[in-house]
Amino acid sequence: MTDDVPIPNHTTTLRVLFRLAPYVRPVRWQLLCSMSATLLAMACGLVIPLVTQRILDGPVATHNLRALPLLIGIVLALGIVEALSFFVRRKLVARPTTQIEARMRADLYRHLQRLPISFHDQWQSGQLLSRAVSDLSTLRRFLAFAVIFLVVNTLTLIIGMVVLFLLAPLLGLITLCASLPLIAVSTLFESRYKVVSRLAQDQEGDLATTVEESALGIRVLKAFGRGPELLRKFTVQAVELRGTQLRKIHILAFLWAVIIGLPEIGIGCQLLVGALGIAHGTVSVGTLVAAVTVATYLRWPTDSIGWLLAETNQAASACERYWEVRDSLVTITDPEHPRPLPADGTGHLRLEGVRFRYPGAADDVLRGIDLDVRPGETVALVGATGSGKTTLTSLVARLADVSGGRITVDGVDVRDLTLADLRTAVATAFEEPVLFSASVRENVALGAPDATEADVRSALRVAKADDFVEALPWGLATRIGEQGLSLSGGQRQRLALARAVVGRPAVLVLDDPLSALDVHTEAEVERALRTVLHGVTALVVAHRPSTVQLADRVALLVDGRITATGTHHDLLADNPEYRHLLSTLDDRLPSEELA
Amino acid sequence: MTTDIQPTAPIAEEEWRGVAAEDLDELTVAIGLKLQARSRRLLGSLLRPHRRAVALSLLLVLGENAAGLLGPVLIAAALDSGVPDAVHGRPGVLIACVAGYLTCGVSTAVLRFGFLRLSGRIGQDIMLDLRRRIFGHAQVLSLSFHESYTSGKIVSRLTSDLDSIDALLDEGLDGLLSAGFTVVGVGIMMIWLDWPLGLLVMVGFVPLVWVTRWFYKSSQDAYRGTRGAIAKIIVHFVETMNGMRAVQAFRREPRNEQIMDGLNGSFQEANRVALSVVARFTSSVRLVGNVSLALVLGIGAVRVADGGLQIGVLAAFTLYLRRFYDPLDDLAMFANAYTAASAALEKISGVLEETPGVPDPVDPVPLAHPRGEIRFADVEFRYSPDTPVVLPGLDLRIPGGQTVALVGPTGAGKSTVAKLVARFYDPSAGAVELDGVDVRRVTDLELRQAVAMVTQENFLFSGSVADNIALGRPGASRSEIEAAATAVGADTFINALPEGYDTDVRKRGGRLSAGQRQLVAFARALLADPAVLVLDEATSSLDVPTERAVQEALETVLTDRTALIIAHRLSTVLIADRVLVIDDGRVVEDGSPEELVAGEGRFADLHQAWLESLA
Repeated sequence: MTDDVPIPNHTTTLRVLFRLAPYVRPVRWQLLCSMSATLLAMACGLVIPLVTQRILDGPVATHNLRALPLLIGIVLALGIVEALSFFVRRKLVARPTTQIEARMRADLYRHLQRLPISFHDQWQSGQLLSRAVSDLSTLRRFLAFAVIFLVVNTLTLIIGMVVLFLLAPLLGLITLCASLPLIAVSTLFESRYKVVSRLAQDQEGDLATTVEESALGIRVLKAFGRGPELLRKFTVQAVELRGTQLRKIHILAFLWAVIIGLPEIGIGCQLLVGALGIAHGTVSVGTLVAAVTVATYLRWPTDSIGWLLAETNQAASACERYWEVRDSLVTITDPEHPRPLPADGTGHLRLEGVRFRYPGAADDVLRGIDLDVRPGETVALVGATGSGKTTLTSLVARLADVSGGRITVDGVDVRDLTLADLRTAVATAFEEPVLFSASVRENVALGAPDATEADVRSALRVAKADDFVEALPWGLATRIGEQGLSLSGGQRQRLALARAVVGRPAVLVLDDPLSALDVHTEAEVERALRTVLHGVTALVVAHRPSTVQLADRVALLVDGRITATGTHHDLLADNPEYRHLLSTLDDRLPSEELA
Repeated sequence: MTTDIQPTAPIAEEEWRGVAAEDLDELTVAIGLKLQARSRRLLGSLLRPHRRAVALSLLLVLGENAAGLLGPVLIAAALDSGVPDAVHGRPGVLIACVAGYLTCGVSTAVLRFGFLRLSGRIGQDIMLDLRRRIFGHAQVLSLSFHESYTSGKIVSRLTSDLDSIDALLDEGLDGLLSAGFTVVGVGIMMIWLDWPLGLLVMVGFVPLVWVTRWFYKSSQDAYRGTRGAIAKIIVHFVETMNGMRAVQAFRREPRNEQIMDGLNGSFQEANRVALSVVARFTSSVRLVGNVSLALVLGIGAVRVADGGLQIGVLAAFTLYLRRFYDPLDDLAMFANAYTAASAALEKISGVLEETPGVPDPVDPVPLAHPRGEIRFADVEFRYSPDTPVVLPGLDLRIPGGQTVALVGPTGAGKSTVAKLVARFYDPSAGAVELDGVDVRRVTDLELRQAVAMVTQENFLFSGSVADNIALGRPGASRSEIEAAATAVGADTFINALPEGYDTDVRKRGGRLSAGQRQLVAFARALLADPAVLVLDEATSSLDVPTERAVQEALETVLTDRTALIIAHRLSTVLIADRVLVIDDGRVVEDGSPEELVAGEGRFADLHQAWLESLA
């Protein structure tokens, strides 16, 4: 979550933030209006003390109340306008900024869904999440507050100074002298604060990792009684974090002391000079009160500048992190001139000289695979761990693209099909069943949103999942997944199988979906699948003899090549490597009992 | 860039999400009060050690505000008596007022510095205390608690909930204290300076109290709204990213985008509502403040002209009015921080109140040299009083050194037997004995040395491979670690890693395959050198050749140990001295593998089915 992004300097800050332009442009008028409202509020706030001065120096000092109603009316009007502008500013800024955030998030999400699996293998979902949530909300806050106030506060500061100098040059000079160091000090401390705050964030991240491990590894910790040791490690980390937090607090406390102290000293000096001026008749009481009020009013615009600059830098980092993902290339796309699948297609799957290399790797994982899965045939893929079986299965549906050779379905290269056509024709089930926090119906009909209730139920029947789904509290409408009812491994896998068969695909690719099932369920699902597989071309990765039973033919994958194909019995008889992979301890069975 | 999919109207949420049994949403008043009392007790116990510091910090913030309040009075004095005196050549009062003002200004700054540091330290000490309490308590709580509570909840207790409390301590409390003191202090000062004008300002309080109460309630609703909306976005986003293979393989993208658009829309709406609540509140406060200012100026000017009021007092009033209304804006921040923190505290106090299900014995019986003899004496077990009985009364004796395989259908109670031996749970009746001693009377430390368990979940901690094996016996030498790895056949793959035993396994062992993680877990258990080894589906994630290697290793490893093996694969079961077929929590067959295979029971049937699958 806290990967390092260098703090950008000013020119790159602007360049990075400029990339927000396409999102800001449609709402620029609303943002400008909001900025104007803010400015108006600030102006009213500044003018009120000036009118107050007129009241004190005019009607009050001269005891002539004729002009008073008008002046009071002006104060009242200004006050109401200020309050209204406050309201308008927030109202106006809400819609455009939340809209920008939502659009940017939707675009990011859309892009992520199209980025290849190889991208997702490299990026932790937490890193992507922090871009989609916290970085975007940083940008929203930046657009809603920091940008506006950076402009408005600078203008207010300038106008305020001009007003002060017009009121009484000497009093203005005092405020200026107090303000400049304040801006410098607060900017300096903001940058220091940011460094410590970054450290605290990292330490919080480490602490969170320990917490996660303690919760997820609780069985191991209990089994070996290692809880107390982890508590010690946790305590050390927590104490470290406390130290960093205290440093952070120290910087903050100092910053506050300066922010409060310096202007007070300035006002004190104004008071002395102003009062002496009154005594000598060069300054009026109203002027002094107005000057002090204006100086008080300028405190926030002054000390906020450091904070606002820090916010701007933070927004630039957030922006950079966001575009880092958006700039990643979508490498698996629809072809320019897609070809349709033949209408009379039977699901003939061919792999011709297929090679695959992971990006950045030195060697090919697959080194020229030739495999012909005839229509309606089931071929089991057997190989040792790391021989490339799973990689091979992800190539058929183009979750990754081959680096050499080609894969055809009914004679058409998979890269000449639209992704939608290809993935409708090819259904894949993975070793790890993925369920979403949605209803059972939604989870099963994942690839076929148009599937009818009857389709879903028949798919569940095929995967032997109809009984337990029926027994769920709300049947098909029961929410499962992380946020819903938790299911057993076998149940999850059966739902994943139902999902694979619901769209009646021409080609079925199964990455050993049976490995987590117990013997009985496994046998049940196998029986069901056998009827489904009739008439469907299927490629099935298998680790166990029982899974191989599903296949008409077996292909043995060794070191990225297919070294043998044949029936299970033939290979078991002729191929020592195959025997090594698939025969268990049958050699030591008491042979007399085999009869 | 990408194909454009026209988002249709967002889907009604329940349609796709389905129905889930959510936590009790509406608490009864009685339960609500009980929860609040529990949170208060926790808060009290956290604050008690810091009593003096808390009192001192209150004093500091009081002093800070008092010094800040004196400023306008001193300005008034300077204008009303300092200036006329100075005109008559007596600058004493004026200088005293200015000096006083400067002193107040500097004291405010210094006192604020002191307060922030002190309150910051108290806050961080409380955070540390709370962190350790929750973490330590979670480790003590039994597995049954963790199984029902889920890891995600524990993690959020220790992360996001603590963050909310930290945020309240950090900003909220400071803001509230300052706002409270300022409002009260300014009110008193104004009445003291001039009671009619002061009372006039107080009248402005009536609508303000009303607005603030409205705001407190609506901002809580708005806050809940945004939190809930963003939480749904996060869940949907994370699920999509973690399930990207399935998403792409099943062309889920358009549907997902439709769902995301809907969630994004509700988040946008929630945010808009939240912002407009704040907009209404701050503008109302400002309006009341500005109207009061106009009234004070009008009435004040007339009274100064009449001679009933001094001009300095009127000036002080205008200065005070600004201060009076400014801190009210901070209430916005406080209200949200308070809501979040009190909800967090409620949940945390709930976890801390849980009592450990398998407590350490008060008068432990030492286990000097465990032989590994296990006895189940009429053991009955159920997970909780309102769930069905899993084991209705198990009587079983396993002599030291025997290897026993437990066979039976899913849900028959095999894992329960294993977990009772490792004392992850305690029986609801009867006793589990190790070497004739009830395991409830053995200290956790000694029991863990005697009994080690390997399950299908092979969790690895961040650190090196060697660190993860050494978890079995901290302090083991490198050669002992390597010997344990070699014994289970894990040395080949470990040596092939870039830094061998020192290779970082990455988060949750991500660098290793499931089978490799399992081998590390085996080595870990072996290093612990326990008298009793429990293997619950421990070989199921291994491929056949590795499983064969592990089984061969096990035969030597298990010779002088008691072992309890649960496996679906019959090849694993056949290495046992004795097989127990369990169904519905009862032992239905008991004998050596050869005897049972020769018989006509369930095991013989299973064995026959297995043989056919091999043929």
